[in-house]
Amino acid sequence: MKNNPIIKQTSFLLIPVILLFGLYVQFHGDYGPGGGFQAGVLFASGLILYALIEGQAKAEQVFSMRLARILAASGLLLYAGVGVASMFLGANFLDYNVLAHDPLHGQHWGIFWVELGVGLTVTSVMLSIFYAFTHFK
Amino acid sequence: MTHHLAILQVVLPLIAAPICSLINHSKACWLFATTVAWLVFAMSLSLFLEVQTGGSIRYEIGGWQPPWGIEYHIDALAAFVLLLVSAMAAITLSAFQRSIAIEIPKHKQGLFYTAFLLCLTGLLGIVATADAFNIFVFLEISSLSAYALIALGRDRRALTASFEYLIMGTIGATFILIGIGLLYMQTGTLNIADLQARIPEISHLHSVHAAFAFFTIGIFLKLALFPLHHWLPGAYAYAPSAVSTFLAATATKVALYLLYRVFYTVFGFEFSFEVLQLHYILMPLSILAIVISSLNAIFQQDVKKMLAYSSLGQIGYMTLGISLLSDVGLIASILHLFNHAFIKGALFMTMACFLFRTPSMRLDDLNGAGRTMPWVGMAFVLGGLGLIGIPLTSGFISKWFLVSAVIEQGHWWLVAIIVFSSLLALIYVWRVVEHLFFREPSAALVANKQPIGALLPFTWIVLLSTLYFGINSDFPVQAAKAAAKVLQ
Repeated sequence: MKNNPIIKQTSFLLIPVILLFGLYVQFHGDYGPGGGFQAGVLFASGLILYALIEGQAKAEQVFSMRLARILAASGLLLYAGVGVASMFLGANFLDYNVLAHDPLHGQHWGIFWVELGVGLTVTSVMLSIFYAFTHFK
Repeated sequence: MTHHLAILQVVLPLIAAPICSLINHSKACWLFATTVAWLVFAMSLSLFLEVQTGGSIRYEIGGWQPPWGIEYHIDALAAFVLLLVSAMAAITLSAFQRSIAIEIPKHKQGLFYTAFLLCLTGLLGIVATADAFNIFVFLEISSLSAYALIALGRDRRALTASFEYLIMGTIGATFILIGIGLLYMQTGTLNIADLQARIPEISHLHSVHAAFAFFTIGIFLKLALFPLHHWLPGAYAYAPSAVSTFLAATATKVALYLLYRVFYTVFGFEFSFEVLQLHYILMPLSILAIVISSLNAIFQQDVKKMLAYSSLGQIGYMTLGISLLSDVGLIASILHLFNHAFIKGALFMTMACFLFRTPSMRLDDLNGAGRTMPWVGMAFVLGGLGLIGIPLTSGFISKWFLVSAVIEQGHWWLVAIIVFSSLLALIYVWRVVEHLFFREPSAALVANKQPIGALLPFTWIVLLSTLYFGINSDFPVQAAKAAAKVLQ
């Protein structure tokens, strides 16, 4: 679609907005509607749009398959790590209360990290699925 | 501290899986995954001992009080199944390193161990959790990784088998989800203990009956109970040997666990069997499964497929035990779940041993293999005897319990069917034995000296444990009795 200026210019206007909105949904998730899953899908859709316009090779310069795999694994590890951290601090698995000096802060921290983990994994898995199809011959 | 084990044995393989995908080196992944599997086994063993002495363990995730938060609950039944699943995972991973290295493309081996650990996580999670929606999530984790594992088989038919399993498994899981949704709609709770308390008040509602129907079909699909079994033979036959062994020993067993949980604990015995009379469909389907699958097994040319059909018949025994509606029947069912997992695991392991030297698992390719590989051949014979239910094997113990439950209910005709199907088992085991020992081995087979490695000793360990449980059956019988008590 490189040769279609209208699609290309419109997409380049849209991609930063999509990515920004993805980040907004991610980090505003504990106050408003949203969260890691939705944010991950939004963020990945911005990157997939870029891949559709500029082609596989350029997209992989931005976000390689290897990076997708590493981030997918680390997102899950981040999630489980928060759970294990609260265990080491003497509470049950995923009990955020003990993560900071007072429980309210702890809940904030806990949900922030957990949702970040979800967001990372969802973004990378969405891209991995997309790459898996584009590499398919 | 010990109560953390309830969650740790699920979380440990869950954390290990992404680490495995990051390591992505076959040998290192194997070492890591095997260590994790043995740790998980140690955890479930200590949970089992804890439950035996101190009663069931409850664990609130995130410190949220049930029924609002997610709760894990390990009782005698769950601890028994957890022990079985983790033991089979540890044995499979330890034994199959060479087999996996040969059967699976090099660049996929790291991901194989990742998927294996995820499958283990899912199976353990289904058993450990006391939250209906959590059950569905873990069911999906275990099934999705199982589809990927099966698709890794060398035979290209593995792809279609995996796809068929994907379709049928997804329908099953969706039905279970609809059932959970309907119950949630009516009760507003997902906690199993809470559901159990609330369902009797609303059991007259049609939506609860519909939920029951969805659960029944969904679980029968996952359990591969006749006539919803069609996905299973292909999936077991074309999967890599390690996957066939692990899934045959655990996946349908966990589905059976789900059946006990849903019909005895969630809906309760009275509603499931006295009001809705589930046994009126369970018993005929079990009998059909036993007879038709055993007949099917006789006509298979591929031994792995034959073993898969025989598994379908054995599942029939387990559900037959339930349909007798007696304590002894339930104990027989749980006991057979345990004993059959070991027997079928050992048999699939012998097939993996043969596959080191034979080109395929077809009967003609196995000609004389018992003569060139006597230890493996002997192992198959002993495992086969267990499958038939000869005294001194653990298969005999569970059949004995089943027959006494049947006689207790006065169903003499069922005794005839059980004896008849044991004769069928004798026929299909004998067909393989004949090819293994009474045919001339091909020159290629005689010349092939490919070493089998650790797989053979582990096959014998599993096999000797079935013999041990056949002679001294105290451990499984006591555990099955304790587990059956939980369900009453």
